[in-house]
Amino acid sequence: MSSGTLYDKVWEAHRVTTLPNGQDQLFVGLHLVHEVTSPQAFAALRELGKPVAYPQRTIATMDHIVPTASQSRPFPDPQAEAMAQALEKNTADFGIQFLNSPQSNQGIVHVVGPEMGLTQPGMTIACGDSHTSTHGALGALAFGIGSTEVHHVLQTQTLAANRLKVKRIVISGQLSRGVYPKDVILRIIQQLGVAAGLGYAYEYAGPVVEEMGIEGRLTLCNMSIEGGARIGYVNPDDVTLHYLKGRPFSPTGEAWDRAVLYWQAIRSDANATYDATVDVAGGEIEPMVTWGITPAQSVGVTQHLPLIAELPDTQQLVAKDAYGYMNFKEGSPILGTKIDVAFIGSCTNSRLSDLEIAASVLRHQRVHPSVRAMVVPGSHWVKAQAEAAGLHEVFLAAGAEWREPGCSMCLAMNPDRLVGNEVCASTSNRNFMGRQGSPTGRTLLMSPAMVAAAAITGRVVDCREYVS
Amino acid sequence: MIIQGRAVPIEGSDIDTDRMVPARFLKELTFERMGDYLFYDVRFEPNGEQKAHPLNHPQFQGASIMVVGANFGCGSSREHAAQAVKRAGFKAVVGISFSEIFSGNCQSIGVPVMTASPESLHAISRFIHDHPSASLVIDLQSMTLTYESGTTAISMPASRRDAFLSQSWDGLALLESNHAKTQALVDRLPYGPIQIRTTSS
Ligand code: SF4
Repeated sequence: MSSGTLYDKVWEAHRVTTLPNGQDQLFVGLHLVHEVTSPQAFAALRELGKPVAYPQRTIATMDHIVPTASQSRPFPDPQAEAMAQALEKNTADFGIQFLNSPQSNQGIVHVVGPEMGLTQPGMTIACGDSHTSTHGALGALAFGIGSTEVHHVLQTQTLAANRLKVKRIVISGQLSRGVYPKDVILRIIQQLGVAAGLGYAYEYAGPVVEEMGIEGRLTLCNMSIEGGARIGYVNPDDVTLHYLKGRPFSPTGEAWDRAVLYWQAIRSDANATYDATVDVAGGEIEPMVTWGITPAQSVGVTQHLPLIAELPDTQQLVAKDAYGYMNFKEGSPILGTKIDVAFIGSCTNSRLSDLEIAASVLRHQRVHPSVRAMVVPGSHWVKAQAEAAGLHEVFLAAGAEWREPGCSMCLAMNPDRLVGNEVCASTSNRNFMGRQGSPTGRTLLMSPAMVAAAAITGRVVDCREYVS
Repeated sequence: MIIQGRAVPIEGSDIDTDRMVPARFLKELTFERMGDYLFYDVRFEPNGEQKAHPLNHPQFQGASIMVVGANFGCGSSREHAAQAVKRAGFKAVVGISFSEIFSGNCQSIGVPVMTASPESLHAISRFIHDHPSASLVIDLQSMTLTYESGTTAISMPASRRDAFLSQSWDGLALLESNHAKTQALVDRLPYGPIQIRTTSS
């Protein structure tokens, strides 16, 4: 069992009690809510006639169903409008803050939380969304839950939870030019597999992580769940403090000083023990591209797709499914694969630094005439900052669409979706069958630089030809 | 606690919750109809015609135990997937391994999720293929799964098993009964509730 890690310390600080069945009752310091997984929970509360126990520890925003062409109400899709109204009513009735306007910074819940300083080190954070792991980038224990658990949190602010083991992933060396946090996490998942994280929290450490900005760490922790780990985190350091200082919900004055003491105390001890440790050679990572239907099915951009017969037994069946679905050929190079759509957005890669990288590739370039390219900022703040820096003009001049914030084409709950068996170069996190809205649509996950480069050529290319 | 019934094998590993309930069905405000959507896009063509899928095979109609592979239920936290399994009539799921969130969701709605070794799972799958009308018996007391060709050890975390054996899988009342302890924890927590300081960007 691990000891002395951030995970152990924060867990212990939030353990209300141990339940008779051996599970721990865990206090949820911050509860984030969005429109898709909460209506069932509020309905259950209503049915029981119960209030929200600690309404000031829950905050809501809206992201999955919002259209990104225009956000004027009512939404054209009556189901989307009904979901929006349900959240408006639920938050109003139960006294919960709702970030539902450009001014209050509506956006993707995992973009908004960190950027507004809601997400802080040493917190337990739960949300009815698997990518809640994102918030671990600031040193929080953050994890996704189902709607019944959302109900439990609303009614008691606690959950019955099983303690996880802790796996330390040390990323050594230095990333080479054109290689980004997205490539690092795709490489980790490729190396360890999509099930290696089952039962574990991942602690990311090592020189590459220390050098990484918070936005990069958010990308890294975001996809922990794709590796099977419900939680991913990075120990808070000076980069974290610098990021949090002055954000709207960050503590100020004396409260800030007290908070910093707590944040420093919960860092994993130098002599902490882990249940497992894995080394990843950061210097050897090249830009990554997925070719299949799980996030582990990826190759470096200069490599060839695997031969099924050469894969380990346990991977062969999924590889067969993947080739059948993607209609790609075993052994062919990933370079040159034709794409139809380029999507830059999602809680993985829709922050300012992501958009800056994409813009640097697209500047003075044109999106290929056969490609539909879409850039979707993660929040209204990201949008405002990007526009202040003129990034939207770069995208528009290149022939890409510049949209309103939301989950957009990451999943199929709003009008942004693939058609038929289109191939999408996407900065999102899941390449599952049908994920981007067409039951036969195909997704290639990659970094913002790689997607931008693919948009220009209409094919998978090595972004290192485009970044200086 | 005994669960007895016919089973259906769902082969393959890394079956994600997007495949179990495609996102467009998540726009419904309740779980009521989720049973109809289970594995929708791999069961039906866009025009509604059935595809070859175990859940469509006549011999597996009425099955109440789902036998699956590794990392089942990975991906999205959508409880819709667990709800779909339950509402389609399944009382238990046995597989090589499960995503944490999916198995937690199953627990919180009263569907036990158990693991067995890859070898025994393959043997069970093969048996069901050959004998679709045979019954399996899952015993949570002895943690065994019995079928005509033998008995296999199954496992689940002790706390989960206890919750089912004591019929306390819906732990809400218990969580609520500890409200004094919860408040005591709040009082010593190093950080407070959400407060707005400024709203400028
Ligand atoms: S951007 Fe995609 S992965 Fe992230 S919260 Fe939205 S739908 Fe989920």
